[in-house]
This record gives sequence, structure tokens and C-alpha cells, in this order.
Amino acid sequence: MIKLENVNKWYGDYHALVDINEEVTQGEVVVVCGPSGSGKSTLIRTLNRLEPIQKGRILLDGQDIYGPGVDVNALRSRIGFVFQQFNLFPHLTALENCTLAPTRIRKLPPQEARDLAMALLNRVGLAHKASAYPSQLSGGQQQRVAIARALAMSPPVMLFDEPTSALDPEMVGEVLQAMKGLARDGMTMVVVTHEMGFARDVCDRVLFMDQGSVLERTTPERFFTRPEHPRAQKFLADVLSPWQGTPDASA
Amino acid sequence: MWEIIQTYWLYYLIGQYPEGPLGGLALTLVLAALALLLAFPVGILLALCRLSHYRSLRWPVTAVVYVVRGTPLLMVVFWAYFLLPSLTGQMTDQFNTMLAALVIFDGAYLSEIIRAGIQAIPKGQTESARSLGFNYLQAMRLVILPQALRNMLPSLVNQFVSTIKETSLGYIISLNEVSFVATQINTQLLTRPAEVYLLLGLTYFVLCFGLSRVAFWLERRLAAGVAHQ
Amino acid sequence: MNSFDVPMLLSGQYHDWLVSGFALSIKLALITLVIALPLALVVAVLRLAPIAMLRAVGVVFVEAIRNVPLLAHMLFWYFGAPEVLPDSIKAWLYERDVEAASAVIALVLYTAAYMSEDIRSGIRSIPKEQMEAGRALGFSFLGTMRLVILPQALRMTVPPLISQTLNLWKNTSIAMVIGVAELMYQAQQVESASFRSFESFAFATVGYLMISLAITGAAAWYHHHYPVRSA
Repeated sequence: MIKLENVNKWYGDYHALVDINEEVTQGEVVVVCGPSGSGKSTLIRTLNRLEPIQKGRILLDGQDIYGPGVDVNALRSRIGFVFQQFNLFPHLTALENCTLAPTRIRKLPPQEARDLAMALLNRVGLAHKASAYPSQLSGGQQQRVAIARALAMSPPVMLFDEPTSALDPEMVGEVLQAMKGLARDGMTMVVVTHEMGFARDVCDRVLFMDQGSVLERTTPERFFTRPEHPRAQKFLADVLSPWQGTPDASA
Repeated sequence: MWEIIQTYWLYYLIGQYPEGPLGGLALTLVLAALALLLAFPVGILLALCRLSHYRSLRWPVTAVVYVVRGTPLLMVVFWAYFLLPSLTGQMTDQFNTMLAALVIFDGAYLSEIIRAGIQAIPKGQTESARSLGFNYLQAMRLVILPQALRNMLPSLVNQFVSTIKETSLGYIISLNEVSFVATQINTQLLTRPAEVYLLLGLTYFVLCFGLSRVAFWLERRLAAGVAHQ
Repeated sequence: MNSFDVPMLLSGQYHDWLVSGFALSIKLALITLVIALPLALVVAVLRLAPIAMLRAVGVVFVEAIRNVPLLAHMLFWYFGAPEVLPDSIKAWLYERDVEAASAVIALVLYTAAYMSEDIRSGIRSIPKEQMEAGRALGFSFLGTMRLVILPQALRMTVPPLISQTLNLWKNTSIAMVIGVAELMYQAQQVESASFRSFESFAFATVGYLMISLAITGAAAWYHHHYPVRSA
């Protein structure tokens, strides 16, 4: 479904992504984790061309996303993206947020778009908030609407850039539940997250990144019990039991 | 001053209408409203050009905006007065001359206000709109501009106040707006200039002060709305 | 249209008219600036005074002036105000340059009203704890203003003041309405004498732009050398 071949990215002199070679097959749920600055957000943003790459190829369904004649807008309408800051459109209701793209880009008739949007809002448990404005919704509710909005374009793949990092702890669960439901229904997902519980329960594969490279790629069971790379081991220790161990002099 | 008002109130308010074209305070208001209405799309267009990625759009427009903002409005009025007849091939009346000058001048000023308003919208809004598959213009039209214009409403009302004051320059090309009409009244009366011009000042004051209060109230209401988030 | 008559602009009678107009415009702007700035400072401090009556005077001054167009101000001071003066003063005034005097009065009041708002914003941006600290040390309101608040507020205020100076420069053109022979007036005189509207207005436009760009350049230079640094 998604293939990264030799992807490299620089911000000026800083080598942000180093020789990334990965593949995500259909129906797979892949979690990308790592310390801050590891390049995981950058990586996921290259997949829908929010960030450009300087070297390598990214293939979606066998098609180079930077190929000649590729319409970037048509490409993006086939990839669902959920942001850390939700980025709902504040001047539209939850329902209108979800129907905007289907009516304007897919040219769906208004009633059909509305039915589709209501079904999706129902799926994320927010049908009763369809006519609410984002300012009237909690963070967790806004993020669930954002998921529904991305789903409304019926994309074959969904990308999540730290979807719960901006949420208060008590709202994290409702968003993860929604994402779990998507995974169960067979959606291809790439998720950048710190939520190790979600990673352990839901994903098929874990990619561990640090300083722009993918250092380890294994199944969740292997990653969480016996990570091989020393930096992965340290990362896991820091994330899972931050109050144990001695402060690292190099930190 | 009361007798002046009693004698001349109709002339002051609507000029020689219906025996002649509209004048006085009514003309001032019509001119200001029309000018701002027409300057608005000009301002949006110029703002988008100034924010464009294409240098061929950005540089000339930035130059034009800088030139217009560095020139007195009176100069723009004279340019319009002398150039419009050659451009359109016919005699342009004072109203249209003044209107054209105001649209150009206010369009340039509005473009700066609109540009600032657009740049104040968080980048995430553009990113999420583009991620859904909208192109640049669609994202602008459906997501960014609706939000930016709503935020700019108080500034726009203040610009309307400025435009009302700018209409006074029509005096110089003998347009029958309220300052010119006041002078006509003064020429007839001859002995009460201080009162006539005080009345003129009072008229502008009531109009402009009232509108700027509206802008202030608008700003408060908008701030309260945002505070929900 | 005939060809652009450059020699007319470079020497001769029309050239002299235009240049004298340009010089008078600059003179008007400078005189106004010198008087308006201190006046603006006074009004700004007035609006922040602890006594309500003083604050009211400041508010009335600013709002009454800002909400009336400069042209109406000029008409009032030239046509209206002299009439209410006693005859002897009126005669003395008309012997002098009453046009320029009225123009300067109108410009000074108008510019001071706007500048006082910018100064007031600059002062208000200084945390009120600064005033409290000054008063706690024993300084009076005015003393604290002079020694503590205003020096800090100045850096914040310079960019908007430069912007107002730009407005002032452009506003001098309105003095032509009451017969002051500044640049715009002379451009029109040249136009009616020579029928060369394009050349005379081009000269005037370049004249205005030159100074406008110089002022904008000064603003950019200031911003570059004295960026606003918050505590």
C-alpha cells in the first residue's frame, strides 16, 4: 500500500530523515515511536506531501507520489490525516466539518454527504453533537470529529500524527477507542504515538525511530518485552517507568 | 446655529435631490459605502497576490501597494480626475472620479488589513484543509477567508469610518458631498462661518464616533465568542 | 498624448513653482511635527492621569478631533475661527500668512490627537507594577512618568509614531484647499498654466514618494536596530 524507498530529508544542513526503507501493507496498523526529534512526525508528514523530500521515492499503491502528472490534491483526498492539534474548522459545525470535503471535492449530493457524515459521527460516538461548533466541544470530542472528517473521504489509508498528545489524560481513552474500532474494521493505519498501551494492543508492527533513522522494526510483543537496539531499550525504560532508574548524564 | 439648521437642513442632508443629483450627507454616506464595498474585492485580490508563492505576482503588487500608500489620497484623486477621461474616452463626473480614487486607495489599505488577518490564522487550518485534498484557492475560500474576515470585522468598520472622512476630499473637485454643501451654505450666509463649520464638524463627529463605538462593541463580542474555546 | 516634457520639470518657471511647493510641504510637516509631538505627550499623560476631570479633557480632545476629517478642520480654522476673533487681532492675522497658520493649527491638532493614542498605547504596555514601584519610592505621578515609564515606553512607541509622521507628510497636501502654496497646490497651478497635467502630477507624485520611502526606510532601520525586547 505504502512503500518508502531510500527516503532522505534535510532541513538545511540537518539530516532529518536518513535512508528510510519501509513498507506498509494493506490492512496493517503500524505504530511509529521514538524520542522527540527522532523524525517520526516528519516521516508521517512526508507521506501526504506536507513535507517535501530531497531523495528517494514514496509509493502509494505503486504510484510515485511525486511522479509527473500527479495531482497533489487528488492524492491527499485519498489519504486521511489526523493532526495533533485537531485543526477543526471553527466557523463550521461538526457535521459541516465532515461534509465540506465530500460535497466540494467528491461532488457528493448534499443529502448523501450528510448521511455519510452522520454515520461516521455515529461511529465515533458523536452523532448527538452534529450541530455543535468546535468551540463547544471538548478536546477529545474535537479529535473524534477530526477522525470522522478524515474518514468522510473514504480514504484507503489513515495517518495519525500524535493524535492524543494534545489531550487531557481523561480524554485519551475515547480517541483510542475510536482508532481501535477503525483498526478492527481493517483500515490501513500509520500512527505516530506515545501511547504504548494502544501500540501493544492494536498494532501489527512497531517502528522505532531515533535521530532520523528507523532503528528497529518488530512485532509489538517483541518490542515491548525484548527490544534489541540499546536506544530502543532506553526509550522504553524512559517511557514506561520514568520514575525508575538514575538520571542519565547525557540527557 | 439653530436657524441655520432649520433653514438648510434638507439641502445639507440630501443636496439638490430630486431637482438635481444627490448631495450632502446622503451623498457622503452613499459614496463611502459604495467605495468600501468595491474596494473590498480589490483588497482581497491584492492581499492574495502579496501572499502568493509566485514572485511575478508578489513583487508588482507589493510595489503598487507601497506606491499607493506613500501617495496622498488627494494625489490619487487628481490622477483619477485627469486620467479617467482619457482611459474611458468620455467625461467622467465627479462622483465616479472620487469613487475610482477611493477604491484604489482603500483597496491598497484594505489589502494590508486583510493580509494581516489571513496571516493570523494558524497554519494548522491550511494544513488540514490541504490534507483533505482542497487546492490553495479552495482552502482560502472555504476555510481561511471566512475565519479571517470574521476576525477583521472591527478593523473593517474602522476602515469605513476612515472612508467617510476621505469622502471630504470630494470638496476639491466640487463634488456635492457634505463639506462642499456646508461651504455653499456658508457662501450664501457669509456672516456665520464659525457656526456652519462647527455644524459640519459635529455631523462628522456623530457619524464617525458612533461607528467607531460599533466597532468597539463588535470587537468585544468577537473576543467573548473566542473565549469559549 | 504628447511626449513627456522632461525639460519643463528640470528648469524654468514651472520647475521653480514645484520646487518651492515641495519645500513648503516639508516646512509644514516639520513645524507640525515639532509642535504636535510634545502636545501629543501632554494629551497622552492627561488621559492616564489619576484625576477623572483631566482624563475627560484628554478623551474629548482626541475623540472630537479624530472623528472629523482634516479637510473640515482646515475649513474651520481658516473660514470659521478668525471670524470669532476680535477685529484687531483679525486684522493682524490677515496681514500675516493666515492660510499657513490655519493649516498648521489644523495639522498640529489632528496629528497630535493620533500620536497621543500611539503614545498612550506605548505607556499602557508598560506593566502597572512599574508605576507602583516608582510611587512606592516616593516619586509623584508625573515624576514616575518622566523617570520610569516614558523612557521605557519610547522604544515601543517609535514605530507607530513614524507611521503617523508618514500620514502627516501626506496630510500636508490637504492644505492646498485653503490656498497654502505647497506641493499639491503648485502642481495644480502648473497644470492649469501649462495644461501639462501628466508632467506636473508626476513630479508631485515623485516628490511625495521620495519622502514617504525615506520615512518608511527610517522605520525599517529602527526596527532592525532597536527590536522590541520584552522583559
